[in-house]
Amino acid sequence: MLKYIIKRVLLMLMVFLIIVSMCFVLIKLLPTKPAIQFGKDMQLIEMRREALGYNKPLIEQYMIFVRRSLLGGDWGISESLYIGQEVMTKFLEKMPATVVVNSYTMLFATPLGLLLGIYAALRKNKWQDHIISVAVIVFVSVPSYVYAFLVQYFLSFRLKWFPFQMQPGYDFLSFKTFVSLVPAILSLGFGIVAGLTRYTRAELTEVLTSEFLLLARTKGLSRAQTTVRHALRNAMVPIFPMILGEFIGIIGGSLIIEQIFGIPGVGPLYVASVTASPPDYNFFMLLSAFYTLVGLVSGILVDISYGFIDPRIRMGSKK
Amino acid sequence: MSEKNMKEIPASKFAFVDMSDRMHDRKLETKPVGYFKDVAMRFARNRGSVVAAGIIFLLVCFAVFVPIFAETTYSRALTDTMYLNYGKLPPKSKALAWLGLDGMAEYTVNTHDYYALRAIGEETGLDPVVEVYREAYQDPTASQNARFYDVKVDTYYRMGMLYLTMTPAEYEALQVWQDETGIQVIYPAVSDAKQTDPNVWYQADRKGAPTIKDGHLVPIYRTTTPTDTSYHSLRIPSDNDPEKPYAYAKVTGTASARSYVVRICKYNFFLYRYGFEPEFMFGTSARGQDILTRLASGARFSFLLALFVSSINLTIGALYGAVEGYYGGATDLLMERIADVLGGIPFIVVTTLFQLHLANKVGPIVALLFAFVLTGWLGMASRVRVQFYRFKGQEYILAARTLGASDGRLMFKHIFPNSMGTIITGSVLVIPGVIFSESSLTYLGIINLESSTMTSVGTMLANGRAYLSTDPYIIMFPALFISLLMISFNLFGNGLRDAFNPSLRGVE
Repeated sequence: MLKYIIKRVLLMLMVFLIIVSMCFVLIKLLPTKPAIQFGKDMQLIEMRREALGYNKPLIEQYMIFVRRSLLGGDWGISESLYIGQEVMTKFLEKMPATVVVNSYTMLFATPLGLLLGIYAALRKNKWQDHIISVAVIVFVSVPSYVYAFLVQYFLSFRLKWFPFQMQPGYDFLSFKTFVSLVPAILSLGFGIVAGLTRYTRAELTEVLTSEFLLLARTKGLSRAQTTVRHALRNAMVPIFPMILGEFIGIIGGSLIIEQIFGIPGVGPLYVASVTASPPDYNFFMLLSAFYTLVGLVSGILVDISYGFIDPRIRMGSKK
Repeated sequence: MSEKNMKEIPASKFAFVDMSDRMHDRKLETKPVGYFKDVAMRFARNRGSVVAAGIIFLLVCFAVFVPIFAETTYSRALTDTMYLNYGKLPPKSKALAWLGLDGMAEYTVNTHDYYALRAIGEETGLDPVVEVYREAYQDPTASQNARFYDVKVDTYYRMGMLYLTMTPAEYEALQVWQDETGIQVIYPAVSDAKQTDPNVWYQADRKGAPTIKDGHLVPIYRTTTPTDTSYHSLRIPSDNDPEKPYAYAKVTGTASARSYVVRICKYNFFLYRYGFEPEFMFGTSARGQDILTRLASGARFSFLLALFVSSINLTIGALYGAVEGYYGGATDLLMERIADVLGGIPFIVVTTLFQLHLANKVGPIVALLFAFVLTGWLGMASRVRVQFYRFKGQEYILAARTLGASDGRLMFKHIFPNSMGTIITGSVLVIPGVIFSESSLTYLGIINLESSTMTSVGTMLANGRAYLSTDPYIIMFPALFISLLMISFNLFGNGLRDAFNPSLRGVE
């Protein structure tokens, strides 16, 4: 198992390095704005550029980039968005909002999705199942920003239950902030609940119709016992990694919702850095690397967690 | 019962079926059911998917035909500066008025605004106040002197007046049209030089509170001398003093370049300029663009892009996956690593890089297309690869190889048709994904496709969001369109997948 994990992690790091290098080269090929245009910050930025070796050949710049940014964690200084500020500091400042919103969402969506899925599987082909299936198709398909509009219009504007946008400030854990985050959590969560419901229902119905469950019943276990002890445990084998992957993936995946509800997270930072003129390349570089890493890590975690949950599935371990 | 004693049937009751020496196979009487026919039959049994297919067909028709047939002189005049004057008109359609698309809105207004609305009706005859639910009531939370009215307002009539600067030729042409049709567009100028609101034609104080004399508003139309020839045309009924006719325009500019500042009725001016009474089935956006034709052209763009991307991805993915799956081994390993790297790049980063690099050279659409193609084929390739792994070891392939079939023939003549179902389902499911990504990216503003002639659903949503609470219909139709599209494509795709899946045959 350990060998397998090490192999996967090394492979992932290799892919990560290749992608980041590609991004680096592609970003370096873009035209940069002369430092003169930055006014009084000119000297500071000029000095930073000098320190980062912007006037050296591309290969040398790449070496500096690997040493300083990838290994040292110094990703340079913002040149157009937050002029003069450290990119990494700003990024870490934005991180908690994203994490908080997504954690709340997962905390609400995961149990609900599992429960609905289990309920639908137990009531298979009855009217409850049909209603849930139709709702699932609708909620899986409709884009999250459409929920955002609906939630904002009905809950925030018409009923005035929640504010339109997240409360400003940095006390993310206070109750008031939580209330102001409810619209965002709902809009983000609907799709996840529906996806999880569908997946759970599919997995559980497959297990429920298998023969070992019939055996368990004939041995005298009640229906609830077989469902909880045998069926659910087996159905969780593919479901748990999915939840894990979803959780990691969602950290980078709520660009639009964060934008709509004014959450000072990573998503708006990315959009702002790209749409600024000129685009803030240092932010773009850091966030590209971040999104790449998030995607890769979620993939690898899913694969490894399969092996942990069910020792029979240790993919590639016997190669 | 006794007659049908099956155990003891007398020999005389038996007859020979066939007495000839040779036996022949009977020709099948029923028609053979081929693979695709079987798929179609099983698809048709899935009612939800059939309905979804119907909805998709309707949406495609909407995107194709609306820009052709619902084009008006208004929606075609794309760079018209008059557009801004017709912004935020709610949906109105004579045919669909029973659905609530009647251009009406309900408001609570204060006394000033109520009189202002009434004044528009009194001057032009197009009364914006359709119904008064509650008259002159006090609101306990507001000032004791204030009175409020709950009214139903025709928002198309509420547009009221506008100061428009015209050249002499335009002014003359408008007068000729007025004389021909008898519809009043130009209304008299007012004598209060400080009054900037074109809707005020009556005596009012600085705050806009009108002076009421005998229950009527007091007009402050500017008068002129009978010899003034700057206006000859239609006059409003109160203009009946030949010694002091109303002045209908403020003349500015020099003698060689004269221009007329006239007070025009927006509703009737629309009729003059575009040849039909203003009526927008889906309303107009904040910039005055007709949402119906705009949405249809955005939808058409989305569909075309999705079809294009889907077909390119299908080709690349099928070829790549076929080579991977067929040759296997080191080739597969190498190609899989390349796919891994490409698949590891987040889509949003790919799009941004392409936009930054190529948008200025080849335009944002082509750059977007490249972004979709760069990583989009990966899913198709992996699906085809799996199919090839499944089929390449089977006996019929071995038989074909023994007969001397080349690699290419084996791949595309023998294995490929077997993975057809996966490929078709895959390329159908790609379409909603492309439309969703495109609308998200344009919504975020990472890609800007907005121009006077083109738009995308995402941009329409982004533009409408600011008016969510005041004019929700601006965002409603694009949101409805994209939701309907996603739902029906997903249903349709699921139906196709089930129909193509041979393991489900006979299970349903």
